[in-house]
Amino acid sequence: MNETYIMPDYEIVRNAERCVRCMACVRLCANGAHIFDEKRGVLTADDSKCVNCHYCVANCPTKAIKIVRSDHCFKPSANYTEDVIKDIYRQADTGGVLLSSMGTTKSYPVYWDKMLVNASQVTNPPIDPLREPMEIRTFLGKKPETVKYRADGRLEAETHPNLMLKTPIMFSAMSYGSISKNAHIALARAAEELGTFYNTGEGGLHEDLYQYGANTIVQVASGRFGVHPAYLNAGAAIEIKMGQGAKPGIGGHLPGSKIGEDVSRTRMIPKGTDAISPAPHHDIYSIEDLRQLVFGLKEATDYKKPVIVKIAAVHNIAAIASGIARSGADIIAIDGFRGGTGAAPTRIRDNVGIPIELALAAVDTRLRDEGIRGRVGLVAGGSVRSSADVVKAIALGADAVYIATPALLAMGCHLCRSCHGGKCNWGIATQSPELVARLDPDVARERLVNLVTAWSREIMEMMGGMGINSIEALRGNRLMLRGIGLTQKELDVLGIRHAGE
Amino acid sequence: MRIDAKGMHFAALNGLIRDSADGEIVIDNVLGQRYIAAGAAGRHIVVRGVPGNALGAYMNGCRVDVYGSAQDAVGDTMNDGVIVVHGSCGDTAGYAMRGGRIFIEGDAGYRVGIHMKEYGSAVPCIVVGGRAGSYLGEYQAGGRIVVLGIGSEGRQCVGDFTSTGMHGGKIYVRGGCIPADLPRQTEVRAVTDKSELAPLVRDFCTCFGFDADALLADDYFMLVPSTAYIYKTLYVNRPD
Amino acid sequence: MDEEYDNVPVRDELREGNVRIPSGCAVFGCLSRSGRRMSASGAVDAMTYMHDRSNGLGGGFAGYGIYPDFPDCYAFHVFYDNEHAREETESFLKARFDISGMERIPTRKVYGIRGAPLVWRYFGVLRPEIAAHTPLDEEEYVCRSVIHINTKIKGAYVFSSGKNMGVFKGVGYPEDVGEYYRLGDYSGYCWTAHGRYPTNTPGWWGGAHPFNILNYTVVHNGEISSYDANRRFIEMYGYKCTLQTDTEVITYIIDYLHRRRGLTLPDVAKVIAPPFWSQIERMETSERERYTLLRNMYASLLVTGPFSIILGYSGGMMALNDRLKLRGMVAAEKNDVTYVASEECAVRAVCPEPDRIWYPAGGEPVIVELTEGNGK
Repeated sequence: MNETYIMPDYEIVRNAERCVRCMACVRLCANGAHIFDEKRGVLTADDSKCVNCHYCVANCPTKAIKIVRSDHCFKPSANYTEDVIKDIYRQADTGGVLLSSMGTTKSYPVYWDKMLVNASQVTNPPIDPLREPMEIRTFLGKKPETVKYRADGRLEAETHPNLMLKTPIMFSAMSYGSISKNAHIALARAAEELGTFYNTGEGGLHEDLYQYGANTIVQVASGRFGVHPAYLNAGAAIEIKMGQGAKPGIGGHLPGSKIGEDVSRTRMIPKGTDAISPAPHHDIYSIEDLRQLVFGLKEATDYKKPVIVKIAAVHNIAAIASGIARSGADIIAIDGFRGGTGAAPTRIRDNVGIPIELALAAVDTRLRDEGIRGRVGLVAGGSVRSSADVVKAIALGADAVYIATPALLAMGCHLCRSCHGGKCNWGIATQSPELVARLDPDVARERLVNLVTAWSREIMEMMGGMGINSIEALRGNRLMLRGIGLTQKELDVLGIRHAGE
Repeated sequence: MRIDAKGMHFAALNGLIRDSADGEIVIDNVLGQRYIAAGAAGRHIVVRGVPGNALGAYMNGCRVDVYGSAQDAVGDTMNDGVIVVHGSCGDTAGYAMRGGRIFIEGDAGYRVGIHMKEYGSAVPCIVVGGRAGSYLGEYQAGGRIVVLGIGSEGRQCVGDFTSTGMHGGKIYVRGGCIPADLPRQTEVRAVTDKSELAPLVRDFCTCFGFDADALLADDYFMLVPSTAYIYKTLYVNRPD
Repeated sequence: MDEEYDNVPVRDELREGNVRIPSGCAVFGCLSRSGRRMSASGAVDAMTYMHDRSNGLGGGFAGYGIYPDFPDCYAFHVFYDNEHAREETESFLKARFDISGMERIPTRKVYGIRGAPLVWRYFGVLRPEIAAHTPLDEEEYVCRSVIHINTKIKGAYVFSSGKNMGVFKGVGYPEDVGEYYRLGDYSGYCWTAHGRYPTNTPGWWGGAHPFNILNYTVVHNGEISSYDANRRFIEMYGYKCTLQTDTEVITYIIDYLHRRRGLTLPDVAKVIAPPFWSQIERMETSERERYTLLRNMYASLLVTGPFSIILGYSGGMMALNDRLKLRGMVAAEKNDVTYVASEECAVRAVCPEPDRIWYPAGGEPVIVELTEGNGK
């Protein structure tokens, strides 16, 4: 039987009057969606290959191209929707597990959008962030538990390695392999300029990027790609990746097509073979084993680096986080289920895990109930989309946030969700040298710096409105939030009141 | 330097090792102290007793001789150097190992050589004198694993699910007992050219005093990945 | 039932603790470094001049050195809504303390004071057999006993629990509250005072200031923005912010840092109102390290928003403004007495010609203590 015809989702529309047949689109599209039919002398398109990434649209010198949603349709059904039908065809055709990229597209509740921020009126004053000092510097890590006076009056406390962030926004893990070297360079340089950190992800660190070590978080995942003493010591902190919000319970999968010479050398795996890092660390089958890995990394780096444990937001997150806080980890990073990914099985991405807002609130509450919130820094990620989301995350109890999708967008990504194909026209989620060359790391760096600078200003504006001039007074300050349209149970989990209360 | 580790916490013991300028360190009465030689380079460390988990983790070029058995995660993510265990070891020896060698005189536990790496001249090697547990070479991406099965002649000396997810490197096994449940993507070959194997077996014999010629005279089979794209047919890209 | 106790008109659900009530206020404090006992009438007079900073919904005073006959006893001042609460509380106290004195606190009828609860006081020391067996130190035990009464015994509220000191507070203008409690009959080496301007409640007697725990009293002016950040941190350490007031949380912060963690008051002030990072960076190394440590370690105890507070404690008094200096605060000295107040007029009312008058900078504490040898 023939494959079922699956109609394309998008159509390429070419304005014949504007088109000068320069063929730029044919040359530029890595997916081969634009075709010049030499026999007929016609410039045409294969809609089935178009991923709607807008690269041709943006680079057409006469702006002759647009991409539209196909109006070709199935008989409408609210139950068997077009997506459902197409997925069934796809699997019947191939027998394959559906693979997607970036965050879920399903319409789950976005709790950020159901919380409103406070502002001061009369009884206490707003503060003008343009003229008055407004502090967003953040220390991330374990706080000293005891302090005493020495004979000379100086204070003495046990010290723990902390990260100092000039803004409470960090770039979260995206591996070299899943994204290009130029994208990594841009993130590293932006982190350096912003006084924050980027994260290597689990693919190791290209030798050209060691120079940015002071602003680098090096990640250790189950596959241990590129992990060796120099790597561990190169970064400012080490992150153990236990899970990822987009795919809790399963591991990394870098298709062989993305493993060229450089990635092969950095990861120390054969060129062109699939790089698999399954979900479990094979030395962590229980919480006491996590402690073993945490202290192993501390031993290997002479206790100089804070250790972050990154976990996906799952049902029992509060208890898990409490266990991690007692494992010797310095920082817990929680990744919500709406977070992005370079490749994840669709069904897992769309159905496994819980939203970051609820997970963060539950964890912060639990750590405080147990009196151990000061033992760890708390980082929230997994669909933090704007400065307002950052403010809400901090008010719920986060010390800082991780962003990745907004960083990719800043670099030029158009969220076509085709990273797993490895043919990113924007030079981000690809290893193909000619595509990678399209991403100018310094232009991308500048755009990243712009984005985070703008967000930081907006955070200060909102803090000033609340009458807060230092970010620590916002942290966990849930009275600054009110729910809108939430059930009592949701409000209880978030630990906030409803608007008007 | 000679250290009596009796009753000592690992942090104290490893601090002493880190702070010592000596190239030769002998540690007596070791019992369960973790992370000995973790991340260390340029030392010769002799361990008397039973070292704790993660012996030589991230190690970067020491020689470690253990007179006793080792526990779990020997040479976890080890980068370079040599670990010689005069005894047996626990699970996940050589996890994600990137270089150097591990010689185990006796048996090794589950998941030996899981995620082992290789690039260019960095070819990590593990030689197990006795038997190896199940999931040997799981997700192996490179390196060499040799299981000699001394004392188990005529019997299968590797466990079940050997080489699951293997996509690089080689596993050599002495004897003719080929596991029945090898995964589809692994290929079994008879070893005709022992030029790569021989130096490993000879080094092993130098460590523990076995007869190398006799061992090398036996038959070996070898497991290698049969295709690079092991999961090629597993997934179907969804344009989303 | 007593005539002066006409059923409290405040609905339970509108009391402090059930709602969060922002307040504006007036504060005043004075301390004689030589330990000379001053009549409370000075403090009452001073408050009269700041009448317009209050709205008649709360006033109060704290005096130190006022019970020289019971210097080593905990003096518990308690509000009762009814006799049942009193019986329950007294049996709780008697089981734990050797009570050497108990009485209704003398009051007089004052126009403008309404809804007064029953007000009693008890002098007692912890029973030795309890002190011997509790794993807590004595102060912690007393502290938790107070919290127990306030949270578990309905209709009872301990509003003063220190030694040789006492809080007197209620709903009304401060000068009326002073009259009501016959404060002219008391004298002490230190007085602090408060007039309250709550924004959305009829006011409850327990919710008036000063707020007290053990020997600490706090009067406070301003509404802080960091309240929930501070509350959620301090509640990790056994405190329960039942009143939901800024004053309560600030008192607990001070108790935690000063009594339990042993920080000096200047360092406590630097935790609550730290220098800005940009200022810290300009300091010389040892100072920079000190302030960086304090700010990082106790980040969640930084208090933002406008506030001026006066802390009373055994043997001393500390006044502190927020670091942006969003509230008024004036300090003055005359002979052995130091004064602090929201407005200069309050000082001049009781001390027309001070030797020195100054305006403390934001975040710079004014700390005055009894000089060596002067008894508390």
